[in-house]
Amino acid sequence: MNELLLIVTIAEQRVALPAAAVESVVELDTLIPVPRAVPHVAGLSALRSRVLTVIDCMRSLELGVSRTEGLVEAAVVEVDGHHYALIVDSVEDVVEALSDPSPVRAAMGPGWERVSVGMVETEEGALLLVDVAALVLGAAEARAA
Amino acid sequence: MDDLIADFVAECREMLESLGGEIVAWEAQPDDRARLDNIFRFVHTVKGNCGFFDFPRLEQLSHAAEDALADVRAGRRRADAPLVSAVLAIIDRIGEMVDVIARGEKLPEGDDSALIEALAEGAEAAQAPAAPVVGDTAKGAQAAAPRTIRLSVELLDRVMSGVSDMVLARNELARRLRDGNSDVAVDGAFERLSGIIAEMRDAITRTRMQRIENLFVGLPRMVRDLCGELDKQVLVDIDGGDVELDREMIEMIRDPLTHIVRNAVDHGIEKPVDRLKAGKREIGMLSVSARQSGNQILIDIADDGRGIDGKKLVEKAVAAGILEAADAAKLTAKERLQLIFEPGLSTAQRVTQISGRGVGMDVVRSNVERIGGIVELESRPGQGTRMTLRVPLTLTIIPALTVSIGNQHFAIPRSAIEEIVRANGESVALSRIGGAGVATIRGRRVPEIALADVLGLPSPLSDEERTLIVLKPAGGDVYALAVDRVHDHEELVVKPAAPAVMATGLYAGTTLADDGSPILLFDPAGLARVGGVRLEAQERSSRVAEESGASVKPGVSVLLFRSLDGARRAIRLAVVDRIEEVPSEAIQIGAGQLRVQLGEAILPLAGMETPPPPGEKTRIFRLNDGMMEIGLAFREVIDLSQIAAEVIPAQSPGLVQGVTLIDGQPAELIDAHWLFARFSNPAIASGRQPVCRLPEGDAWMQHMLRPIVEAAGYVVVSGEGDVEADLIIASDPGEPPAQEAERTLWLRSNPEAADADPRSIYRYDRAGLMMALKTAAGGVK
Repeated sequence: MNELLLIVTIAEQRVALPAAAVESVVELDTLIPVPRAVPHVAGLSALRSRVLTVIDCMRSLELGVSRTEGLVEAAVVEVDGHHYALIVDSVEDVVEALSDPSPVRAAMGPGWERVSVGMVETEEGALLLVDVAALVLGAAEARAA
Repeated sequence: MDDLIADFVAECREMLESLGGEIVAWEAQPDDRARLDNIFRFVHTVKGNCGFFDFPRLEQLSHAAEDALADVRAGRRRADAPLVSAVLAIIDRIGEMVDVIARGEKLPEGDDSALIEALAEGAEAAQAPAAPVVGDTAKGAQAAAPRTIRLSVELLDRVMSGVSDMVLARNELARRLRDGNSDVAVDGAFERLSGIIAEMRDAITRTRMQRIENLFVGLPRMVRDLCGELDKQVLVDIDGGDVELDREMIEMIRDPLTHIVRNAVDHGIEKPVDRLKAGKREIGMLSVSARQSGNQILIDIADDGRGIDGKKLVEKAVAAGILEAADAAKLTAKERLQLIFEPGLSTAQRVTQISGRGVGMDVVRSNVERIGGIVELESRPGQGTRMTLRVPLTLTIIPALTVSIGNQHFAIPRSAIEEIVRANGESVALSRIGGAGVATIRGRRVPEIALADVLGLPSPLSDEERTLIVLKPAGGDVYALAVDRVHDHEELVVKPAAPAVMATGLYAGTTLADDGSPILLFDPAGLARVGGVRLEAQERSSRVAEESGASVKPGVSVLLFRSLDGARRAIRLAVVDRIEEVPSEAIQIGAGQLRVQLGEAILPLAGMETPPPPGEKTRIFRLNDGMMEIGLAFREVIDLSQIAAEVIPAQSPGLVQGVTLIDGQPAELIDAHWLFARFSNPAIASGRQPVCRLPEGDAWMQHMLRPIVEAAGYVVVSGEGDVEADLIIASDPGEPPAQEAERTLWLRSNPEAADADPRSIYRYDRAGLMMALKTAAGGVK
């Protein structure tokens, strides 16, 4: 019930990530591309002594390409023992969830549909709660699976 | 050995400690299967280890306990109170003995039969252990502080990531210092700090890493002992010992590996008689190898024994109630083999001291799976079994070469690199055949792929401006990879990459460069696959078999050079230690011949008649036969090559053994045997023994004696083969193989040893050698 949520903006949409899954929010400086990797893997970056696999959330949602020049904000998450940096437009705030996620009955885009856990009520209004692992997996892999 | 014993003691103590609770619980509830399994594993492990260490008392005890427990596991017996106390008494006794071993004392003689008898069904409840292992005096020593401590890997991880962060902070600081005003005192202090951090990083990284060799080193001995007990002959071939692996992993693999090897020798490889009947060589082959492939370490244990009988496994499984008869019929051949991993199942006809009843296999699998690994099993009846342990590469240090395309850096594991050549070098030609790249490097054609093309990266360089890296992936054929630039050799700490990165098939992992930026490490086999190069996998076992056969003559590597008088000559690479350049003052006539001074050594010098004029530099090959050194002067090195053609022997023995075609032109081959025979100094050589007794691994035999023997009309076979030899040449002092002593020629390195065996010949006694060769050859006809 009282789950904390991190509000971020992806593709100009305000969505919520479970705050427990987010280790930190960083600004990426280096981005080393990974040739031949699936498109939504934007590259590798380093956070202290760890290698981060950088995920372009817009590509993962098939909503375009995130900006990778200049100041890039990313949320660091861990999925299956690997650390990922999710590129987001901006990070806003941490809020408390006021409800359990409930199914979204409106028609969302296929990308959002795939990563959606449900809709949660917050003080900031209703937000889409995003499944981090699905975001990392990407659209192409999800179809293959 | 002491290390191994310390490990054994530590392991036993750890298990005993964790068993403490289990034992009590088992006593209260003898039907508890999980507890029974744990206790069973303990005695099984103890038994396995002490067979290896030669602790007969421990072995008897643990074997007896294991027998009784196995009966319980198989449902043949109920765990009643007397049995429980008997087992507990044995575990206590094992604990006492382990303490004795830990103190470095010999296990005293003693009688454990009372304990063992107590295990028998229907025996009286075991009395309190009648005879303690040692007296009270030894108890005091127990207080001695242990010299090692065990740390949790988590703690080490924390320390390690802390050190890594420290390195990055240092680099950041270095940048700031460079930009700002530099103060000498600050710089000095920073340098010191920097050095300490580097050292610390090194040390802390090493704490977790261990060469897998540590795991392999005990195997040959263990197999030898097993062979003695079982009356079998097994040749162990070990490869890949230099792969480094997380220490924790090594410990986890130790038991499974031991079990598998024991099983292979005990159940897999047949007795010599049976092998001959089956048309195989008497000696069984057991090959153990480790290699890194992608993000895994693969450990292969392959034998050429009788294989696993799937049908028998099914019968056993049905009999043991693991499998319903109806289901059994539906199993595929592969699923049948998998039955071997079921607890409490074995194909052995009877229980042996060695590997028990196949119980090892369920333990093996659970151990390997606990570290995220897989056990693969492949078996062909009559032909052998291959077990592969696939262990994840969690964290590994890999020596690597960094290369770049454009401005992006990558790393290539050094183990796969054969050589590095410039694409515009003299001995290299690039061509396109049907659109595919082919590089011809010194006459050898290898497929060539450009890294930029494989990765789809833009590159400003043309094909000719690149550098070719000749790669040989594990189990595959060579190919050349063209890269823009080659940078540096580095030891990289490699971590597995995220699944999305691994899915490309190109990479083995990621690592951080010194400036903290990530670098991708290539998987050489994956590059070839994506680049479209076909890799013909070579079966290891077939390669080994070929090497010991008589018909295959391996290409001998030679160094092609020009002598001082301008002749094109070749010398076997193996006898050349290194190349030196000396000033003319270092070359002088001494004691009747030319000698060259190299550092503190003075060597006889060949290939030169008179001392060179002052002020000139002379280049010298430093030749070594394992005991003494000779210098050979030359003008220039032409190339490295291989002898492919026949060697036409020279008319009379001398510096030149014969002429052969190398790279399409004639070259004179240097007779290293003659050279050493001529220049050898008995005073230096006396009293020293050859290093290796096995002619197969004896470089002297292979590279110096072999040409002579071949010139005398013999076909040379190496090692122990099934080809019957007419003459066996061995170095002294060897264990005479009794039945072959009459045909054996001993070579000694000492010209005038008083106590020498009259049948032996001084190894540079060319006349005597030729005579013996002739005599033996004459005896055949």
